[in-house]
Amino acid sequence: MVPVSYYLILSGILFACGVIGFLIKRNLITIFMSIELMLNGVNLSFVAFAAQWHHLSGQIFVFFVMVVAAAETAVGLAIIIAVFRTRETLNVDQVNLLKL
Amino acid sequence: MLHLILFLVFGAICVAGAVNLLVQRHPIGSALSLVVVMASLAVEYLLLGAEFVAAVQVIVYAGAVMVLFVFVIMLLNAGEEERTKGSRVAMVLGIPGVLAGGLLVAWVLIRRSGENAVGLGALPGYPKVIGGLLFHEFLLPFEVTSILVLIAILGAVFLASKPEAAPPSPTGKES
Repeated sequence: MVPVSYYLILSGILFACGVIGFLIKRNLITIFMSIELMLNGVNLSFVAFAAQWHHLSGQIFVFFVMVVAAAETAVGLAIIIAVFRTRETLNVDQVNLLKL
Repeated sequence: MLHLILFLVFGAICVAGAVNLLVQRHPIGSALSLVVVMASLAVEYLLLGAEFVAAVQVIVYAGAVMVLFVFVIMLLNAGEEERTKGSRVAMVLGIPGVLAGGLLVAWVLIRRSGENAVGLGALPGYPKVIGGLLFHEFLLPFEVTSILVLIAILGAVFLASKPEAAPPSPTGKES
């Protein structure tokens, strides 16, 4: 038997790693992966709460989060490809203008 | 006891993968450590009795989404990232601040909810039950989600397609 608080702490650690990666990373794709890490941390807390309250709505919500994450990944990676095509770089420090 | 050992082992793998994602300089290393994080999270879902969520996690996240990431990394020929100078104040104040906040939250969580325990198979997360919920109670969000995915597909195709009038770019291959 594992207390649900352990799962919440693990979820918090994952979310914090995602936030730190989002802030310190300089590669567009790695920043995107940090966002995925944050979403995974939130998913773990959803499943942990679903198990704690014996209610399956949390697991259903995880599916919606996954769908939104997949859609976000598809659109975001397309935007990254478009940015790379015009800027020839993936460094966010050099992508600081909306116009060309 | 076995649950706790499994939780600790795969939680440690999970955190190690997340830290490795931050440490790695090359994006492909970060992507592979993210696969490790997602696979060990699937084991954590299994420990929480969410079998279907664990399967979907492996198939969708560790499979489809990460293949998309690795494909884009290879397509764009992403190299090692160059470091930029962060501010010294953020290093001095930020890391102790994060540690203090995390320890506070962990202390509160352990103090408040130590007696609520979760066991293996505590919740029936079978596909039959999930499907019943998804197609009865959550039918409207489900349909809205399908429209969202359709819009995302259209947006991705439009954004990633080459502009018609533009001269051929030096990146070469069509995506």
